[in-house]
Amino acid sequence: MGATHLPATEFDGTDIEDRLEAEAEARLGDPAEPMVQLLAPDGTLGSDPVFSDYAERLDPEKLRGFYADMAKIRRFDVEATALQRQGQLALWVPLTGQEAAQIGSGRASQPQDYIFPTYREHGVALTRNVDLAELLRQFRGVSNGGWNPKDTNFHLYTLVLAAQTPHAVGYAMGIQRDQKFAASAALAGGAAGQAAEPKAAVMVYFGDGASSEGDVHESMVFAASYKAPVVFFCQNNHWAISVPSSVQTRIPLANRAKGYGFPGIRVDGNDVIAVHAVTEWALERAREGEGPVLIEAFTYRVGAHTTADDPTKYRESAEESRWRAKDPLERLEKYLRAEGMADDAFFEQVRADGDELAAYVRKTTYDLETPDIRTAFANAYVEAHPLVAEELAWFEEYSAGFADEATADEAKPLETARAEGAANR
Amino acid sequence: MTTMTIAKAINEGLRATLNNNPRALLMGEDIGPLGGVYRVTDGLIAEFGADRVVDTPLAESGIIGTAIGLSLRGYLPVCEIQFDGFVFPGFNQITTQLAKMHSRSNGNLTVPVVIRIPYGGGIGSIEHHSESPEALFAHTAGLRIITPSNPHDAYWMIQQAVDCQDPVIVFEPKRRYWLKGEVDTESPGTSADPFKAHVLREGTDATVVVYGPLVPVALAAANAAAEDGRSVEVIDLRSISPIDFDTVTDSVRKTGRLIVAHEAPTFGGIGGEIAARVSERAFHSLEAPVIRVGGFHMPYPVAKVEEDYLPDIDRILEALDRALSY
Repeated sequence: MGATHLPATEFDGTDIEDRLEAEAEARLGDPAEPMVQLLAPDGTLGSDPVFSDYAERLDPEKLRGFYADMAKIRRFDVEATALQRQGQLALWVPLTGQEAAQIGSGRASQPQDYIFPTYREHGVALTRNVDLAELLRQFRGVSNGGWNPKDTNFHLYTLVLAAQTPHAVGYAMGIQRDQKFAASAALAGGAAGQAAEPKAAVMVYFGDGASSEGDVHESMVFAASYKAPVVFFCQNNHWAISVPSSVQTRIPLANRAKGYGFPGIRVDGNDVIAVHAVTEWALERAREGEGPVLIEAFTYRVGAHTTADDPTKYRESAEESRWRAKDPLERLEKYLRAEGMADDAFFEQVRADGDELAAYVRKTTYDLETPDIRTAFANAYVEAHPLVAEELAWFEEYSAGFADEATADEAKPLETARAEGAANR
Repeated sequence: MTTMTIAKAINEGLRATLNNNPRALLMGEDIGPLGGVYRVTDGLIAEFGADRVVDTPLAESGIIGTAIGLSLRGYLPVCEIQFDGFVFPGFNQITTQLAKMHSRSNGNLTVPVVIRIPYGGGIGSIEHHSESPEALFAHTAGLRIITPSNPHDAYWMIQQAVDCQDPVIVFEPKRRYWLKGEVDTESPGTSADPFKAHVLREGTDATVVVYGPLVPVALAAANAAAEDGRSVEVIDLRSISPIDFDTVTDSVRKTGRLIVAHEAPTFGGIGGEIAARVSERAFHSLEAPVIRVGGFHMPYPVAKVEEDYLPDIDRILEALDRALSY
């Protein structure tokens, strides 16, 4: 299957003003450019010459799973926001509105694939079996990571925008070399009798704001040059904090791929079936050595950028309302009910599971242990480092001085003793 | 023992690394058929192929960033940055990503990337081709920085950098690429630890600490001082992060006077860090303030006046005079 089957999204270079107007209109929910959509906001399933085949692979069990995942991560989002409001988290980055983009793409990945998120990909984390309570470590200020990426092939969140995109391409270049190693080992007879490793690809997430970063450009140049097995998954949620996507790009972001020489495709990011189909197509293509794809998931950040943000200062509530009408969960619920794939009992169960998850996350958050700064000394370098050792030794001696005082006055906690000691000098 | 230049020694060191580590690979601009602008990778693509000697797009952030990704997949990338002044498009990847990855993953991930950077002036080149930005990297925890001053160290240090599990930047003294010396390819000998300073010449009146391109200058200054009856100890720091303060402090305890010279501007530089640490550790041994010799607080000047900017024998001797006059 080649790029010729894709919807034509090439910018024809004419009517730039019309196009900008159309883009502005698109922000309100009516994209001017063709995009892949299978499940319409009213819950009816349409067709696509390429991607309906992929959608047909989805049995009712999988579709119910998509809904359960989306509902679960939305419930998680509500809980995490509440935890931040109650002072339990320093910050939260809500994903509401982007559930289909994340669950659809994440569920299209295979365990052997490696995923590089930005920092809002809680839904993708769910699909990679990351413990959601561990996801909160970073936001509670007890870790700069929180989980071991080797366990789930889900990399740590990256906060410097787009910095993870070249990592993804490099990782994909590593996969290419691994495949050559495996091939030469097989030729040499070394792999005789062994099952071949499943082919793998990399998927990297970024947003419309990050798409302006130079690292995205450099990554796409490298990926195209080496035909790396990487899928660039851009969630165009229309707002980079307060700046609209029209400031980041004057053409549909998916069209940029053409400039690098690989396919770009815009998909309705609120349609979990279409997102899954397009991503599955792109990942299969990458695993088979056909090179990178850029997917632009056309979606919307219904909530704030973070809990420190105030969207009323920069956008109209009418815009939010129009996007709420395209809600990814509601449309799948309509479809599942209309097709008789799910009933009240199912949705009741999903709600109960969500509440259970929320309770688990809340309890676990309270229990997240504050690390000892000694672990920061230990992890600054892999190998022994004399300066780190010297500073740690000083810190131990310094701390021990207060511990002696604390022993003398047992009721006095170490921190208080330390603060008083500092004040006395 | 074989005699070769520093450039050839690095070339041979890279060859040994590629032979010894199937997962090692080189990345950079023009490092393939051309062999790099200084020919340090000459002939390696013919020997190891384009998957292991990778001519990259012209994008330093992309080079470092993809090297990080390759290292996460278990590879050992050695990146060449073409010139010191061109590392800055990759500065973000080096300081916010490479340096922090092990720490922010709570020790779960390692990113053993090596970055080679030809640095320093004295070659009469144009803007951005003669700088010494090592202090900017030394200030960043998570990185290790070493710099060879002779072919034997050059041969071994590049291999030791690849073997190290931490990210390592190797600053290569580009005006010494053609300096010849003996290399023992069988054994590193006293160069077994790349993070240890070497006392190159023993003395009793003052200590001169240098690294990279200024090592021959300091040795020549010590010779000149000897003719005046002054006994100067010369230390090749070799590692800029971590710094072997034990060797430096031991020397100062003996000589009582310390001069630190580097091409980089003195303000906020390595010399200031050494002066501060030595003052803390050996205050009562010091007979004079620690004196720094280095570049001025200005953008690197045009080639026609770089001789006035770069520390030379006379600048080191002048500092020595000042130290001894206390």
